Amino acid sequence: MNLNLTLIAQAVTFAVFIWLTVKFIWPYMLRAIETRQKTIADGLAAAEQGRRTLELSTRQADEAIKEARARAAEILAQAEKRSAQVIEEARQTAKEEGGRELAAAKAEIEQAVTRAREELRDRVASLAVAGAEKILRREVDARAHADLLESIKRQL
Amino acid sequence: MAAGSELTPSQYIEHHLAFFTKPIGDGPFWTLNVDSLIVSILLGIIGVGFIWWVVRGATSGVPNRRQAFVEVLIEFVDNQAKGVFQHGDRHRFIAPLALTVGLWVLLMNAMDFLPADIVGLLTHHVSEHGFRYVPTADVNTTFALSISVLVLSIYFAIAVKGFGGWLHELFFAPFGTHPLLIPANFLFQMVEYISKTLSHSLRLFGNMYAGEILFLLLWMLAATGMAGAIAGSVLALGWAIFHVLIVLLQAYIFMMLTIVYISMAHEHH
Repeated sequence: MNLNLTLIAQAVTFAVFIWLTVKFIWPYMLRAIETRQKTIADGLAAAEQGRRTLELSTRQADEAIKEARARAAEILAQAEKRSAQVIEEARQTAKEEGGRELAAAKAEIEQAVTRAREELRDRVASLAVAGAEKILRREVDARAHADLLESIKRQL
Repeated sequence: MAAGSELTPSQYIEHHLAFFTKPIGDGPFWTLNVDSLIVSILLGIIGVGFIWWVVRGATSGVPNRRQAFVEVLIEFVDNQAKGVFQHGDRHRFIAPLALTVGLWVLLMNAMDFLPADIVGLLTHHVSEHGFRYVPTADVNTTFALSISVLVLSIYFAIAVKGFGGWLHELFFAPFGTHPLLIPANFLFQMVEYISKTLSHSLRLFGNMYAGEILFLLLWMLAATGMAGAIAGSVLALGWAIFHVLIVLLQAYIFMMLTIVYISMAHEHH
């Protein structure tokens, strides 16, 4: 164990190696590491941002679907109501139409009955007149006894 | 073992603990331990070069395995620095310093796993007298590191508090500003600086040197015959596995203490 010039030579060597590391190694490696750390941090932040955006858009889509579903249900309900209304209206119209037609038929029947009665009356009157004519042949002047005939006709 | 059969045990150990020295001047100080220097510089180039090579192609996108490994290493060191150093921008100096120290010491410690006598076969071509290939088992290396840390901590103490502030601290802390306490303060500060530096380097040196010696003793056991070879191999395997912990732990401790000492230099008393 004897100290000699090696001591100084080794110290110089040491100094050179320190200088090399300080100058040419550490800053470059550190820069690479820090740049990567930043890249990773940015990437993580972007991923987080993307996740949040996705969440937001999912929520929006959900809302839109819900709204559309509600709207569809509303439309369906409206349509059902409308169809029920139409059916009801049609039924009403048909009923009215039927009533009207019934009334018209009744009126026509009544008219026919009246007409028939009138005709019958006329016929009976004319039959009666003809009968009376046959009986009275000459005596009865249709024109002269029109009043009488008329009153008879009315009594029939 | 190249010439093991002709060596006595103490000669074997001595042989393996001899440095490959090269005198470049007069006196015992003016010699270089060429082995420690070559190995440590090579390991530094391999370690720092590997990281530099990875960093040069580093992408801030998806990293490949190589880059991920280096990033784990760097983030580990950075976390350690972050936990201790809260006096400014650690990225400017202290964290890269910690990385350099930790990695370099780790690699130098890990040289201990190489089998001494097989490496010896190769290094005998370079140096017949000896070649120590674990630089951290050389006090020169560990002291070079710890004294560099000492110099850095003094530099940062002055840079942060100013020269006056540092001197003030040297003479008026930790006991108080009473003039009579000046010698006690100064003595305390000196003891603190010296003991920090000594313990910093000798802890590492002691652990690695002990590991090396233990391996050598086991290889000596292995040279005694077949039974010895088997026993030595099994024991050496056990020690190597345990030594992995020591190698990692000592590199980690050295790195942490470097961070702590330099952080302490930033603190005001």
